[in-house]
Amino acid sequence: MPPNFPAHLRALEAESLHILREAAAQTARPVLMYSIGKDSSVLLHLARKAFHPAPSPFPLLHIDTTWKFREMIAFRDAIAARYRLDLRVHTNPDGLRQNVNPFDYDPGIYTRIMKTEALKQALDAGGYDCAIGGARREEERSRAKERIFSVRGPDHVWDPKRQRPELWHLYNGQRAPEETLRVFPLSNWTELDVWTYILAEEIDVVPLYFAAPRPTVERDGTLIVVDDARMRLRPGETPVTRMVRFRSLGCYPLSAAVLSDAADLPAVIAEMRSTRSSERAGRLIDRDQDASMELKKREGYF
Amino acid sequence: MPEQLLRVLTCGSVDDGKSTLIGRLLFECGAVPDDILAGLEEDSRRFGTVPDDLDFALLVDGLAAEREQGVTIDVAYRYFETPLRRFILADAPGHQQYTRNMATGASTAEVAVLLVDATKGVLAQTRRHAAIAALMGVRQFVLAVNKMDLARFAEAPFAEAAAEVRTLLDRLGGHNLTAIPVVARDGDNVTRPSARMAWYHGVSLLEALEAAPIPLPPAAGPARLPIQVVLHPNATFRGYAGTVLGGGLRVGDTVVNAGASTSARVARLASMDGDRDAAAPGDAVTVVLDREIDVSRGDVLATAPAPEPTQQITARVVWMDDTALFRGRAYLLMLGAATSVATVTDIAGRLDLDRMAEEPTRALAGNEIGTVTLSLAQPLVCETYATSRELGGFILIDRLTRATVGAGMIIRIQPNGRAIYWHRLDVDKAARAALKGQRPAVLWFTGLSGAGKSTIANLVERRLQALGLHTMSLDGDNIRHGLNRDLGFTEADRVENIRRIAEVAKLFVDAGLIVLVSFISPYRAERNMARERVAVGEFLEIFVDTPVEECRRRDPKGLYARADAGQLRNFTGVDAPYEAPDAPELRLRTLEAEPERLAEQVVAELRQRGIIT
Repeated sequence: MPPNFPAHLRALEAESLHILREAAAQTARPVLMYSIGKDSSVLLHLARKAFHPAPSPFPLLHIDTTWKFREMIAFRDAIAARYRLDLRVHTNPDGLRQNVNPFDYDPGIYTRIMKTEALKQALDAGGYDCAIGGARREEERSRAKERIFSVRGPDHVWDPKRQRPELWHLYNGQRAPEETLRVFPLSNWTELDVWTYILAEEIDVVPLYFAAPRPTVERDGTLIVVDDARMRLRPGETPVTRMVRFRSLGCYPLSAAVLSDAADLPAVIAEMRSTRSSERAGRLIDRDQDASMELKKREGYF
Repeated sequence: MPEQLLRVLTCGSVDDGKSTLIGRLLFECGAVPDDILAGLEEDSRRFGTVPDDLDFALLVDGLAAEREQGVTIDVAYRYFETPLRRFILADAPGHQQYTRNMATGASTAEVAVLLVDATKGVLAQTRRHAAIAALMGVRQFVLAVNKMDLARFAEAPFAEAAAEVRTLLDRLGGHNLTAIPVVARDGDNVTRPSARMAWYHGVSLLEALEAAPIPLPPAAGPARLPIQVVLHPNATFRGYAGTVLGGGLRVGDTVVNAGASTSARVARLASMDGDRDAAAPGDAVTVVLDREIDVSRGDVLATAPAPEPTQQITARVVWMDDTALFRGRAYLLMLGAATSVATVTDIAGRLDLDRMAEEPTRALAGNEIGTVTLSLAQPLVCETYATSRELGGFILIDRLTRATVGAGMIIRIQPNGRAIYWHRLDVDKAARAALKGQRPAVLWFTGLSGAGKSTIANLVERRLQALGLHTMSLDGDNIRHGLNRDLGFTEADRVENIRRIAEVAKLFVDAGLIVLVSFISPYRAERNMARERVAVGEFLEIFVDTPVEECRRRDPKGLYARADAGQLRNFTGVDAPYEAPDAPELRLRTLEAEPERLAEQVVAELRQRGIIT
């Protein structure tokens, strides 16, 4: 930690390390959900710190919809190799067989099959009793009441009424055999905290977060980057090269880019401080209905 | 870049405008992005309560169910920052289950914002909120007197509310108070001064939050390190990971594993950024010691003066479950990184928040606060809550539902040596049993009224007698004529009934006897408690399994008929629950065999377990 490290980040880091250690101590088969994004990168960094010099006790699980940006997959594999991580990748085989894709399917259905269902399959197959994720309460208003240790019933269902009160820094990880835990060590972080921490700790992130000329089309008021030949262009659409970057990463046909010149971390942080739109504004899957995040969470989405 | 983190609790009664105030605060601090604001405009038209204007309350009312009903049901956390500070705001709803929510939000808060409606003044609920926050250790309060516009911006109602809260806090002992008149809807005195209340010269709400002193832990105090994980990746490294509490820790400090006598020195404070010389309270560290001492998860490494582990504590307990807390019930207690079984040995009283006085009680219902003494199965290292929130605060967990059912703040620690002294006797259980040539045991017959418990137990005892074994029978009905004559059939009395029987059964086991207990004993928790009174292998739970229809048909004492007629209340199987055993040592299905056969089955089981030969 550099000496000029902001005091509030130091407190947030210590809290997250404490949570990760509790997750490791209270569960038998924990797994770290790795989505390749900035939050996952911070989470992985913290998991390595919490147990240093011992290796992190958490294997990594990536739910691959097969529609991620190519740069994301390359980054994932490079990180796994560099830190010698136990990376486990799962794709929903049923969805793959039926060719469920973001063009022919409604974003809600696509997300349910390729992300939520795939996640449940992977968690069940691995027999994991605890999935650690990088979700933050500040991201979305239905997350504001999520616990740091959150109990999921059979079939990974989230029941907001059954959540346990969380006092002090005591996390109740007790669970029945048919129950599992979701643990969110970054609950109290904001998007700005994540970026300042990435800068202070020199954490590598996917280059897609930085502005670069990329081939884009304008669709429904958003900018979509044409990442590979599978992109279905609508009549009249021709890719145009624009200086863009992403605030939030997901499946490329569903992730909206923003026009930006912020090509490095200080520029990204400066842009963050002056921005007037929310980070999830670029997520097309959250717009499908009111309270959509709450519905997805009840079904078992992260 | 903000340099400090401040945790704030906000509380208010229904319709005080708390959500509006928070929404306004977030908006003015720039924590509301444009697309969320656009969503707010739409939501305001659909659900809003403010005609033709933005309803800031909708920014923070999270779950869809809440937005439709216009109420908040759970603690929500909000985040915003100013150039001076980064804030974590715990937003506790003021009505349903407010005690539970308020306690949760206050447990980490340094400042509490109390909201009062200027037209209504300080309500009973406001006083309770303040009392709970103070009990949870909050020392700084901000009183926001809202809806000043509806009070025609007059100073009198504001001054009145401020004086009343000041008196209340003085009575609760040593708290800071800043009182501010606001109009949350329009933003008066939220982040900017108001032009409409010239008589007020004080700070805005945001200025008060930016100026609130953050209590710093005394760096010179003794350090405590509750061990979360032992790191032992290879033969050469052994580190103890945890979060430093109390005072700072330096390389070279002498520490002991509290409760043990051997000490060691801190050789390294290891971290991925390289070793450090010192760690401050709140830092998550990994300690390497200069020699090997026995340390595992839940232990506490401490610098002098090191605390002594205890097995008996008295605490303020905030009860959070629908099922009440009773004397004799056992729970899991989590404190620091340690977990122990804790049995309630006494409930001194229940706190009346209006009078701030205790009244006698036999149970704590949901959202009540009381003073409770707990006996711990494992000795734990703790502090009073006044000394340390982290080592003085604990949670209680129900062992069956695994839910967090209570939160406690330690007010007294009974030093282990001075707990009720256990007189060691030279002639012990084994000696007494050996003289009789048998192994003691408890045969615990449980089942509905009329299931056949006493009938079968009686047959079993006759067979054991015939084998020359020494036995004793405890029968529910008979004991209620004597020892338990003072107890009725409420849940609290049933718990106490079983507690006494379990203790008596244990005494007979100590006497070397085979004890046959025939009690309905409807609750798993109490049967487990009875099981834990004796040694492993000495307790046999025998489930006399008769369907309630059959019991009602038999009705040997005519009790079902009376219960069905409403003449008997709290009758198990009719209007009181029976929790069937999950894994009894023996299950006797009375519909499938005669009592004699079932008694033989019990004797055979005792043979198989080596209790009799």
